[in-house]
Amino acid sequence: MTTFRINAKSVTFDGDDSTPLLWVIRDQLNMTGTKYGCGIGQCGACTVHVNGMAQRSCITPVAAVADQAITTIEGLAPTDDELHPVQQAWLELDVPQCGYCQAGQIMATVDFLKRFPKPSDADIDNNLTNICRCGTYARLRKAVHRAAELGALPVAKGDRE
Amino acid sequence: MSAEMQKLDINRREFLIAGVSVAGGFLLGLPRVSSAGEAGSNTIGFFVQIEPDGKVIIGSNQPEIGQGQRTTLPMLVAEELDVDWSAVSVRQMPLGIVKTDDGYAWKYGGQGVGGSTGLTDNWDYMREVGATARGQLVKAAADRLQVSVAECNTKAGVVICQSRGAKIPYSDLVADAAALPLPTESPPLKQLKDHRIVGKQQKTIDARDIVTGKARYGIDTVQPNMRYAVIARAPVLNASVKRFDDGAARKIKGVLDVFEIKGPAMGEPYDILASGVAVVATSTWIAMKGRDALAIEWNDSPSATDNSEAFWQENTELLKGDGQVVLDDGDFAKAMSDAKTVIKRSYRVPFVSHAPLEPQNCYAFVQQDRCHIIAPTQMPSGASRAAAAVTGLPRENIRVEMTRVGGGFGRRLTNDYVAEAAIISKHTGWPIKLQWSREDDVKNDFYRPAGLHEMQAGLDDDGNVTAWTQRLASASKYYRRPNMPDKDLHGAELYPDDFPRRIVENLRLEYFHNKIGVPRGSWRAPAHTANAWVIQSFIDEIAHETGQDPLQLRLDLYGEARELEYTNHGGPTFNPGRLSRLATFVAERIGYGKKLPKGRGIGIASHFTFGGYAAHAIEVRVADGRLVIERIVAAIDCGLAVNPNAVEAQLQGGTIDGLSTALGQQITVKDGRIEQSNFHDYPLAKIAAFPALFEAHILPYNDTPTGVGEIGLPTAAPALTNAIFNASGLRIRSLPVSDYLKT
Repeated sequence: MTTFRINAKSVTFDGDDSTPLLWVIRDQLNMTGTKYGCGIGQCGACTVHVNGMAQRSCITPVAAVADQAITTIEGLAPTDDELHPVQQAWLELDVPQCGYCQAGQIMATVDFLKRFPKPSDADIDNNLTNICRCGTYARLRKAVHRAAELGALPVAKGDRE
Repeated sequence: MSAEMQKLDINRREFLIAGVSVAGGFLLGLPRVSSAGEAGSNTIGFFVQIEPDGKVIIGSNQPEIGQGQRTTLPMLVAEELDVDWSAVSVRQMPLGIVKTDDGYAWKYGGQGVGGSTGLTDNWDYMREVGATARGQLVKAAADRLQVSVAECNTKAGVVICQSRGAKIPYSDLVADAAALPLPTESPPLKQLKDHRIVGKQQKTIDARDIVTGKARYGIDTVQPNMRYAVIARAPVLNASVKRFDDGAARKIKGVLDVFEIKGPAMGEPYDILASGVAVVATSTWIAMKGRDALAIEWNDSPSATDNSEAFWQENTELLKGDGQVVLDDGDFAKAMSDAKTVIKRSYRVPFVSHAPLEPQNCYAFVQQDRCHIIAPTQMPSGASRAAAAVTGLPRENIRVEMTRVGGGFGRRLTNDYVAEAAIISKHTGWPIKLQWSREDDVKNDFYRPAGLHEMQAGLDDDGNVTAWTQRLASASKYYRRPNMPDKDLHGAELYPDDFPRRIVENLRLEYFHNKIGVPRGSWRAPAHTANAWVIQSFIDEIAHETGQDPLQLRLDLYGEARELEYTNHGGPTFNPGRLSRLATFVAERIGYGKKLPKGRGIGIASHFTFGGYAAHAIEVRVADGRLVIERIVAAIDCGLAVNPNAVEAQLQGGTIDGLSTALGQQITVKDGRIEQSNFHDYPLAKIAAFPALFEAHILPYNDTPTGVGEIGLPTAAPALTNAIFNASGLRIRSLPVSDYLKT
């Protein structure tokens, strides 16, 4: 039995605790915003926050997040009406094409901007490693800079205790 | 209306306008089920639903694979309907087919995406849908006010009649409009100058859902009583199951069933790609664990000795002989023997995989008399056919819903994963979501055809190209297609009317098919993705060898703007002058001809793909065996850019796709096994590979749009390898680049 908090809600998983967090989120909790792309932590489509830090959930056994606080894309916005600045920047620059990777891109970027609030292009190159098959990188790069401009990063609903 | 049809309805209050459009499209009418006085939302047709508060829902009948059809096609309807774009939301329509006396007909117009045809096929049709709806609303208003239609106009969702000083919102008119008979002529359409929506930047209509995690793809399908399935597929191409032991698998809590799946016999068409063993469980992860616990013995396969090394050797041997001459203009042999200079080069294009980020998957529920499919597919009608073939059910009893697709790229033109899901559901009687792992996806694909291209050009005393041949030994994508004789296999690989036909008079195309047992299929910009790289590299090599400037040689060859016959997909004509314009533009933007520091170089390329024109100019730095892309200039000419925002996105994406693929991707075969398995050994490029200095330009040309989904891709790779040569003297004639340089 593994208990953890997800988007400020407490949940319990009673399956095998070596199950990757990704599949618990998707199949048990039916929260489908977090995506499966590779299963080996290479693409980042499965990125969630564990205690506010980006982690690839496909290679995180659910046992590892016992009693921790998880935030998924569904819990990123501070309220139901207000979007996170990274989400806003993504809309301003109209980043997505197929959109499948974008939840993971956004979650990775939120964490990145906490560590690099005014990132250079080199910082982006060295730290944003999520894959986009459609090749939205040109707009994505601009959206990261725009999100940095939008500044103050609010506390995600899911990060609150 | 029959009970069967009602089951297929999304909303029983809908009906569709009936009539025939001038483009020959057929809009099917179904009688209205509800009475005119029913409260609630008002519907004028399947494509258009107008709410009492003025919100408009427009149907999208095409799959959305990231190319922006869900935004662009409804823009056409909204434009002619004359509503504010900000009032519009879009709803996905399912597959619509109706049984006719001699087969099946489209209910919502043709549905299916690929070949960059979405806009060209629907440009007239969608505008007519919108204009027809508007015409009915105007007629309803005119009737109510007892004026002639000519006295009424529309503006942003309101019918205005000046002579009566009346303004009636559309939502007040829908009930009456829906009851009117349809006009027999096609409606007049707006002039370009009157467009308020088309031709302007419009953002992706679903972007908010995407960035909040609400957008749902095939993999996100959840249905009542659904079980999860995975398949352990043959690790050797074309192998079949000898026997399997599922004892350990069945002991795992949650594993529900295990059984064999039979793939096609060698040489037969691919209804599915491989034989294997299916595991059905209560969750995806448990199904995967069950699969890991299987012990499977495989029969020997005729493909067990297939390997890439032998493939390339065979191609070399094939090219030593005489192939199938598929085009022979002028007198090639004489022109070559008369030539002052002969240049010969060979280029190697590897297999690559589609690798959409959403791995293949499908939901299927097969019951006694009906079947429900929910799939991320590019061809919903093909999905319906695949399900019919598996279940034996009549197609009108098969309901196909299209989800958003996490990347198409041509992979989802085939519906093999639909067939697999239907097989498993039929066997178990359960609703099934079939999931492919990334490893399944990399190892089981209809790969981009690999080929060895031998190019020869003959030049006269003045440096003019007077003779040209492309001799290609490749694994044609038509391999194992039903009803495809060997003599037609070249049709997928060489498009005779491509440049430089009718420009170089003495031209010969020769084809050799390599029968390696690797499945092949349509990969974004089929044939062009390979041939543009080969031809645009070869043009540069000709230029360098004969002391000519590569840009000038292109301009000399393209010549004046004029329409040449082009009978392959993307015709009916090809205007090389439009390539001159683009090549000149990108060259100027990148500063072509300026003196560059040592180790820096600029390369250009231009090509006509499926009706659209594109060019790239790329600047690179090569130092200490390492490549850095410093700057990219991309340009596209698609006639009219219906949604410039989406055109720019496709140009940016096509550029990155072309470069990523050229930089690091190849699929290789050893002992009949695909060697690659995931993104660690099949690396897709990340943001670091692409500079911030990346321009994407649209050069408008005329009033008619052509497609853009594939057009921006083919010229990226040759511009890159031409730049690498100019920077370093290293001429890359075999992809990927990472075989030669650190990338």
